[in-house]
Amino acid sequence: MSDKTKPNNSMLNDAGTRALIFQVLLLSVVVFVGYFLFTNLQNNLDNRGISTGFAFFNEPAGFPILMHLIEYTDSGTYGRAFAVALINTFVISMLGIVLATVIGVIVGLARLSNNWLVARLATVYVETLRNLPLLLQMFFWYFAVLAALPAPRDSYEFGDFLLNKRGIYSPNPSFQDGFGLVVMGFILSIFAAMALVVWAKKRQTRTGLWFPAYWSSLGLIIGITFLAFAIAGFPLEFDLPQKSRFNVTGGMVLPPEFVAVLVALATYTGAFIAEIVRAGILSVNWGQTEAARSLGLRDNLTQRLIVLPQALRVIIPPLTSQYLNLAKNSSLGAAIAYPELVSVVMGTTLNQTGQAIETIGLCMLVYGSLSLTISMFMNWYNKKMSLIER
Amino acid sequence: MAIEFKPSPSLPPPVNSVGAVAWLRNNLLSSPLNVALTLFSLYILYLLVPPMIQWGIVNATFTGDTRAACTGGGACWAFIGAYFEQFMYGLYPSEETWRINLSLIALVVLLGAFAIKTINKFYLSLVITLVYPVVAYFLFAGGVFGLVVVETSLWGGLFLTTLLGVVGIVASFPLGVLLALGRRSDMPVAKSVCIVFIETIRAVPLITILFMASVMIPLFLPDGMNFNKLMRVIIGITLFSSAYMAEVIRGGLQAIPKGQYEAADAMGLTYWQSMILVILPQALKLVIPGIVNTFIGLFKDTTLVYIVGMFDLLGRIQAANHDANWLGTTVEGYAFAGFVYFIICFGMSRYSMSIERKLDTGHKRN
Repeated sequence: MSDKTKPNNSMLNDAGTRALIFQVLLLSVVVFVGYFLFTNLQNNLDNRGISTGFAFFNEPAGFPILMHLIEYTDSGTYGRAFAVALINTFVISMLGIVLATVIGVIVGLARLSNNWLVARLATVYVETLRNLPLLLQMFFWYFAVLAALPAPRDSYEFGDFLLNKRGIYSPNPSFQDGFGLVVMGFILSIFAAMALVVWAKKRQTRTGLWFPAYWSSLGLIIGITFLAFAIAGFPLEFDLPQKSRFNVTGGMVLPPEFVAVLVALATYTGAFIAEIVRAGILSVNWGQTEAARSLGLRDNLTQRLIVLPQALRVIIPPLTSQYLNLAKNSSLGAAIAYPELVSVVMGTTLNQTGQAIETIGLCMLVYGSLSLTISMFMNWYNKKMSLIER
Repeated sequence: MAIEFKPSPSLPPPVNSVGAVAWLRNNLLSSPLNVALTLFSLYILYLLVPPMIQWGIVNATFTGDTRAACTGGGACWAFIGAYFEQFMYGLYPSEETWRINLSLIALVVLLGAFAIKTINKFYLSLVITLVYPVVAYFLFAGGVFGLVVVETSLWGGLFLTTLLGVVGIVASFPLGVLLALGRRSDMPVAKSVCIVFIETIRAVPLITILFMASVMIPLFLPDGMNFNKLMRVIIGITLFSSAYMAEVIRGGLQAIPKGQYEAADAMGLTYWQSMILVILPQALKLVIPGIVNTFIGLFKDTTLVYIVGMFDLLGRIQAANHDANWLGTTVEGYAFAGFVYFIICFGMSRYSMSIERKLDTGHKRN
């Protein structure tokens, strides 16, 4: 036969060879671009006289930080400022996650309510907050709502709490001698409660008898802690905030920047979580509810034992990504000068030292590990909750 | 003679079970808890709605040139009127704003042309994706055909917001498709490059990327070679959203049954043919909601450019709030920005629902 029917066995037509060639090309492009950028970087740094490295961490920072949960003075080092910012980011993310979950669950359930008005209100909440930029909401809370609060002199008072344009003031607990006993009592009671729950579960599997483990463990925790508190002689005093003419003295203050970021993050992410919760509950087949009812389970038991565990399987993965978003979005606090990582490290530190590579790299590393930690925890939880197939 | 059986007409249903009364009973007052919830909701509405109407409409001032004109005690919408041009175009010179309007009209006409059946859609897409951006760029920036040069630092307002959003969306989509295909590829090098890129970008907030774009890119480029700030920010936004886009599209690729891949191979299609003709059309259709969500997110995220010193719609409002002649109009500004963002984002999400219905071929599992 002629050449025409002979398969063309050229190397170039072999899928494996072509893949190899392509990958070698890709790799060399990546290496070349990396090399190109790196040499440019070195040249530019030399030209500008910037020395790389983290030596600047030990130099005094010389700028004040509005909110610091650990000791920090103006003469603190950049390293110390970084630690303060890291804690601020961490605190706002964790509080935001807790609050957003609470809001999300409530609103999500409200959207499913058979009360028409409640469902409509929840829908309006979700659609409004989801469709507005987070930064706009943060500005709104900070510049429009919190800035419109009265001056310290005319603070709103809620018991011992004060609310004015300088923030929220609350009693500041100061721990006296012997408070360690209370802490020990609390830890002890938690262990006792855990043991009680395990025992109740075992007994129920063995005998079928039910024991109100959750209520009694709650009582146990409160009881033992209070007992320790009484034995130690109530070693806790509160430093109450006092209004004076132009300021508030004493107490613990949550600055308005913190409140604005927290409220904005929690309400915004809460709207997304509400949709996730709603979708999760709707995903559980109605037959499951019917089956539970025909077994004679009461309504709240149906929800707790049948619907919720199945809904959680659908809810957890998207919930994880909302938590990650919240942690990353806490960086928007930089826009209203909440002293979190971006504002302290990539803002002030970068401006003062010019160490662009180190500061930006450090921030990316921190956010990367924060994301990784949250997603690892949620993956573990997901695995725990997922369907065990036999 | 047989007596004809005549049924008496049925009684009307009880008043309680039809009409408005029944609806109220079922939807608002079905149980004590529901009554309480209804009352609570009514109370919240009472707290929110009347003051808002009072402030925003009844006591509001709609015209005027200064803050002094707003005497009603309500909203001062005159502020929005006075700053309207800045909110729309930023500091773009007034006599040149026709260029922005013209390019917007051109875009609308071109998109509208898709509805005409006799037009070749392929060429039309080419015009929109390749010719239009170049023409629009020269219209905006000037410097050709006697158009006055307008520096990009003057671009702002809703114009900048839209520009960032549209360019980000258009540019991140193909990049996202490539990254998703790369991540699903059998080639270890391509796969790991894509994974590292996607996961790094997704792990960090957009602000760090924008800071990187505005501070670090100049450090990585040789002397004399530099983009302007707008270009760097656009690159940052595009890279950022392409990583998210890639993950959404990957979801769609994974949902396509293996049989489709094998069938495409059996037909003798090359990799790119099978992707473009068989896999991607199905995969992309599946993930339209996710893609639109990414677009909405990207559009909302464009507000972050304010932090690196560019004045988009929110940035212009923020700047206008510092005007000493218009003190105390903060809420009005945010309300206006909120209104604009809401219309656009809500519109996009409704539009995606309608495409979903239009493209639905009935293979959905439900």
